[in-house]
Amino acid sequence: MKTWIAKQKALIDFTLSSLARRKLKNLGLLLVYTIIVFLLASVMLYTHALRHEAAQVLKSSPEVIVQRLVAGRHDLIPPGYLEKLGRIRGVQSKEGRLWGYFYDNVVSANYTLMAPSSASHDFGQVADGKIVIGAAVARERGLAPGNLISFRSYTGKLFIFTVAAVLPHEAELVSADLLLLSETDFRSFFDIPAGYYNDIALSVANPQEVRNIAGKISETLPDARIILREEVLRTYESIFNWREGIVLVLLSGSILAFAIFAWEKASGLSAEEKREIGILKAIGWETGDVLKMKFWEGALVSLAAFLLGYVAAYLHVFHFSAALFEPVLKGWSVLYPRFELVPVVDGFQIATLFFFTVFPYTVATIVPIWRAAITDPDAVMRG
Amino acid sequence: MIKLTDIRKAYHQGQHNELWALNGIDLTIEANKVTVLSGPSGSGKSTLLTIVGCMARPTSGRVQLGERDISGLPERFLTDIRRKTFGFVFQQFNLISGLSARDNVMLPAYPLGGDWRELHARADALLDTLKLGQRRDARVEWLSGGEQQRVAIARALINDPQVLIADEPTANLDTALSREFMEILENLKGQGKTIILTSHDPLLVESSVVDRVVHLRDGHLVEAEQ
Repeated sequence: MKTWIAKQKALIDFTLSSLARRKLKNLGLLLVYTIIVFLLASVMLYTHALRHEAAQVLKSSPEVIVQRLVAGRHDLIPPGYLEKLGRIRGVQSKEGRLWGYFYDNVVSANYTLMAPSSASHDFGQVADGKIVIGAAVARERGLAPGNLISFRSYTGKLFIFTVAAVLPHEAELVSADLLLLSETDFRSFFDIPAGYYNDIALSVANPQEVRNIAGKISETLPDARIILREEVLRTYESIFNWREGIVLVLLSGSILAFAIFAWEKASGLSAEEKREIGILKAIGWETGDVLKMKFWEGALVSLAAFLLGYVAAYLHVFHFSAALFEPVLKGWSVLYPRFELVPVVDGFQIATLFFFTVFPYTVATIVPIWRAAITDPDAVMRG
Repeated sequence: MIKLTDIRKAYHQGQHNELWALNGIDLTIEANKVTVLSGPSGSGKSTLLTIVGCMARPTSGRVQLGERDISGLPERFLTDIRRKTFGFVFQQFNLISGLSARDNVMLPAYPLGGDWRELHARADALLDTLKLGQRRDARVEWLSGGEQQRVAIARALINDPQVLIADEPTANLDTALSREFMEILENLKGQGKTIILTSHDPLLVESSVVDRVVHLRDGHLVEAEQ
């Protein structure tokens, strides 16, 4: 074992001095490979972290949402529906929700307006005449707590609110464009009569029963559209998969070009390298020793590229908010949320990336060497 | 002692360009002596050297190293014998450029996996003996022809082989450097090494350090003189 370690140490040492001798070629290769790993790892880390973030957010969302459809379009829930739902067995709690969208001409952005129940956020009930705003809204409109803001509602009436608070930066991914109002203000702003709601959120006593309860709801309220949390999760998942796919397709051309370049550089054997292999064989190296040395050469370059690329991607995604892919991966909006993703690293993903980068490169360096290394050691003498 | 019995060697056997480089060589090379294989270009001396040095296998015939028949051994075993028993000095020196003199010297020892520090010390000691101590960190392409040859000799000796093999060692050296080389041979012989050379350089062939000259022509042994 000691001899084996000493031998590998010697081979690595020789490999390092070999790499240093062809500095330009190897640094070029390292750079190209690092860029490939960086791009792939950035996409993987970013979409994985977004998915994780979305899943975390949705964890606390209601298990069932009931909307009412009129002529296939989303309509207000009329009075009486809440009571009917309350009678269905298995429904633990029910809540009528008020939310809507509002287009602000000043910054050409859409806001999401909500009248929260006291339990649903940290600010308690929003008082009449007050408003709690998302961080992106505060940025765009230059608002701080205590400032006044006015909106002209769809009925043409002017409303003035005092900013009570700005929603925390950490929640920006979901609250960038959010405005929270009191129920009274919300109803008068959108002209929604008392007893009407946008939808109903239900929580269920036994999560296994969600589908049965959904069945019962559609029997009780035939005009209802039932949205389950698991379906929302699935939709998010496919959106991020789709976006990841789009980025990968866009990148695939350049990645392929890089990969071909790296493969060509790694697998091409110069006359000088062939001569050296001949010398090594002549002075007592076995074919296996030459292969091991070249294995280390490929492994050292690709491992270094993998580590550098992965660390760079990690910094890019989690410290620089994936500045390169942001527009595609995050979606399109006037009010971009500014957020730092919570670092999430998936072992399987690392393994996949490792396998598809380090492995082919190492093979690409070994195969041509193998062909050269099986030449007879006396070739040097004859040459 | 190395004993060769009816050694034949063909290149491109069975093809239109088949060439018999050796045609039945019977030769015994004694230990602790300097033997020169001499002959014109194409006489088969380098081929014979590669067979003696376990670099190539004969097409037919037997090679005995001491009491052991090594002609039929697979590459792996031949390599093992080669690196433990023989040290090679090539005509063009075949050093690896870009590496220092010391790194070149240590190359044959890498696959053996010995102690790192001990290997460094051995390489330095060899370079000191060959008056190259000052140049140990210089890249080999910066060295003169004579210095390069001494690096090649140090490399051949790093695994402390019993036999030193040199192919046309003085072909690229002037008279002064050739004499220096022969002094080194004298020293090695004094240490009990067996030395086998190929050469048609009269300076070397007629030198007093040489114990025996074996003449070859067209793959045959012409005569052996003491």
